[in-house]
Amino acid sequence: MTSGTITDGPALRDPHTPDSRIGHGADYLHAEHTLRSWFFTTDHKRIALLYLASITAFFVIGAVTAGLVRLALVVPDGQVFTNDTYNKLFTIHGVVMVWFFLIPSIPATFGNFLIPLMIGARDLAFPKLNLASWYVFMTGALFTLASVVLGGVDTGWTFYTPLSTAFSNTWVVPALIGVTIVGFSSILTGLNFVVTIHTMRAPGMTWFRLPIFVWTHYATSLIFLLATPVITVALILLIAERAFHIGVFDPAYGGDPVLFQHLFWFYSHPAVYIMVLPGMGVISEIVPAFAQKKLFGYKFVAYAAIGLASVTFFVWGHHMFVNGQSDFASVAFSVLSFAVAVPSAVKVYNWTATIHKGSLKLDTPMLYAMGYIGLFVLGGLTGLYLATLAINQHVHATYFVVAHFHYIMVGGTVLAFLGGLHFWWPKITGRMYIEAWGRISAFLIFIGFNVTFFPQFILGYLGMPRRYHVYPPEFQFLNILSSAGSTILAVGYLFPMVYLVYSIWFGKRAPANPWDAKGLEWTVPSPPPAHNFLTEPVAPKVPYDYPLQARETGRQHS
Amino acid sequence: MNPTDLALQLWPAAASATAVETDWLILAFTVLTLLLTVPVFVAITWFAIRYRQGEEADRSHGNVRSVLIEISWMLIPFLLTLIFFVWGARLFFISKQVPGDAMVVEAIGRQWMWKFQHPTGQSEINDLHLPIGQPIKIRMISQDVIHNLYLPALRMQMATLPDRYTELWFKADRTGSYRLYCSEYCGTDHSKMDGTLTLMTQADYAAWLQNAGAQQGGQAGAGRVVYESYGCGACHDPGAKVRAPSLAGLYGREVRLADGRTVTADETYLRDKILNPNRQKLAADYKQVMPAFRNVIPPDDLDRLVSYLKSTGATAQQEAQP
Ligand code: HEM
Ligand SMILES: [Cu+2]
Repeated sequence: MTSGTITDGPALRDPHTPDSRIGHGADYLHAEHTLRSWFFTTDHKRIALLYLASITAFFVIGAVTAGLVRLALVVPDGQVFTNDTYNKLFTIHGVVMVWFFLIPSIPATFGNFLIPLMIGARDLAFPKLNLASWYVFMTGALFTLASVVLGGVDTGWTFYTPLSTAFSNTWVVPALIGVTIVGFSSILTGLNFVVTIHTMRAPGMTWFRLPIFVWTHYATSLIFLLATPVITVALILLIAERAFHIGVFDPAYGGDPVLFQHLFWFYSHPAVYIMVLPGMGVISEIVPAFAQKKLFGYKFVAYAAIGLASVTFFVWGHHMFVNGQSDFASVAFSVLSFAVAVPSAVKVYNWTATIHKGSLKLDTPMLYAMGYIGLFVLGGLTGLYLATLAINQHVHATYFVVAHFHYIMVGGTVLAFLGGLHFWWPKITGRMYIEAWGRISAFLIFIGFNVTFFPQFILGYLGMPRRYHVYPPEFQFLNILSSAGSTILAVGYLFPMVYLVYSIWFGKRAPANPWDAKGLEWTVPSPPPAHNFLTEPVAPKVPYDYPLQARETGRQHS
Repeated sequence: MNPTDLALQLWPAAASATAVETDWLILAFTVLTLLLTVPVFVAITWFAIRYRQGEEADRSHGNVRSVLIEISWMLIPFLLTLIFFVWGARLFFISKQVPGDAMVVEAIGRQWMWKFQHPTGQSEINDLHLPIGQPIKIRMISQDVIHNLYLPALRMQMATLPDRYTELWFKADRTGSYRLYCSEYCGTDHSKMDGTLTLMTQADYAAWLQNAGAQQGGQAGAGRVVYESYGCGACHDPGAKVRAPSLAGLYGREVRLADGRTVTADETYLRDKILNPNRQKLAADYKQVMPAFRNVIPPDDLDRLVSYLKSTGATAQQEAQP
């Protein structure tokens, strides 16, 4: 046994065969150097980095296509691209951002990296399955990228039939296969997390001592497991219909196109919480650390994660208020949507109360967290507008929806992702980034984001439909404003890509716990050893074990 | 006439009482939103300054009883927002109860145009003229993919589905011209599937029906609409880019085919040519580029289309034989 002091308790079952080549205490980055040791690793931390690299690449593709879409919309008459090209651009943007960035983002990177560390385990329950899920993910991505290289898809990321099955002349099938395959990767990840959280907690790590990050990933995994099979089946039926004219959705073959919308949103609304819950988890780690205070209402936040994950299965119909659904169903979906939206939105009260009487450090992760709170609240509450039947009849499928889901998805996922990236960067890489650059990036992104998307609420209420390449001239001013904002936003995104990468080689070495944060992941060296713990981890008596009287001294780099 | 000449519009025009009430609903909702969020934003900023590390501040925080606070701050906003659920649902229900005396307009969505047919038989493409002060029900269907008829000035929209009728109704009370759109993404020219909604007084509407733009009823008139909607003119009209024979005056004439035969362009020939253009029916000197419209043009539209082609034949023949 290389990491000598570890005793084999029941919660520390080692899924690896101990590898004698790994020296005592070698950190996971330097334990082995070959390419093979990365692509065939079963270390959850290395797999997390494989994911981090992949989803960063997809984010870049998504961002570039978004930039092109915004470029096209500077003029109202669609002179920049043909309609066809424009449609392909927004489709690729949506497909890549939703299926290949947002859904895997936080769980596959931070979830993979941190869950075992946070619960005091040496790895996930099924390390090989974990590696397999990355390969499955990349296989799916390959299919979807193939469809782009071959000529693109123009169905929108929602693939509504019969447009996608009978009328589109683009590369729909490879794109669909890609998305279907990626679903399996989610299922494998979810399964791995659930089993790990159930069976591999260190002695003393009871459910109510788990960090909220773990709770939210547990809830997210349940959605992965229960909802993903539905979209898998729906997409397979879609492929079958397009390829073999099996009549499921297309009325020309006796099918029902609204059935596809039901199946699609039965997955895709809960998927919203796949994106949002992990973000809440990240924020619930950052805020206490930078306020040096226990998370306010810990148990409520934990219960809320599970509660929201359950209720979110009952609101899919709010995407179909104007699609010929029964009025009774619409009313039911409307009120249920209120029941999910309000608790999500008011979670911010918990973070606010956590800050109260804390001892605040306004470093980059905290700035991202504060930006997150602002955007997420606006996104959540505009979701309520959409869930209000009479308002939905007007703003459905307009730019109001585009603004809403960007506030939720960028606010709720991307800002949390970036906040988490800065927060755990020292742990992951063993290096500090340059704080000033981090703060600038947080400001640029917050400002750029609002200039980009706030005008879209107005555009939507004025009646500009989404997915419009050519639009009436009275909408031009707001569109130019939005495109200008997206330029600022793009610069904001570029910043971290530069200074974080720079820090890998030139950054200051990071101490084990640069933020004075609580949680088992901060008790191990940065970067962590290959087997996570050199000594048996001891679970804290309470989660977020910050002193009752918040510390007033300055930050100590020990 | 353009619906608006403003370079920058900040509030959409409202043409019905429902639209005005929807605006009130969203305004009131926004006020509540601000009440629920502004204090949080102010508090966060204030705390961030007040409790900044190194600042003097009272940081004693005992064991606050959080259960009561937690429940109340979830429940009170929920109950407050429920007011808006009820208000929105009420308006929605009203917009679903079609009055018995509503005038019925038929709408067909198809890639990428709207076709509207007035109760008196006239029809129009993309634009829609309607009277105010009269409940109007639009009964609609799609001929291909899902579309969505969106009338922002009335704060209304409804999907058109293939093979299934849907409807929406409204009673407008302000004349003027407004935009109408397709708001469900429907393929290449989705963003061009728009038009103008012109709301007029009852008298103006009646006069408009009599003389103005709308295609008069009758098979041939309706057939012209079909001809346009399938884009036949793109190849067959004079000056079209693709070289194809002109159809004006075709009916009744002799046509020389590519395989050397000669046939009379009778009704059977026209139908056959539309449905299977290339099955040994290629006209001499032309390339085989016309798409087959079998299973594309429904039978009743085909009747109208053939009637239209016959009518152009008749006029052309009359002109040709003095
Ligand atoms: C929490 C994270 C959320 C995300 C990521 C999200 C994302 C989205 C997306 C992508 C759409 C666009 C659907 C389309 O393509 O038409 C959408 C629409 C919608 N969202 Fe959200 N949403 C979130 C939260 C909420 C909440 C909390 C509510 C309110 C209860 C809500 C209500 C709606 C409604 C009603 C629509 C349909 C709008 C329409 O089509 O007219 N969403 N959302
Ligand atoms: Cu359409």
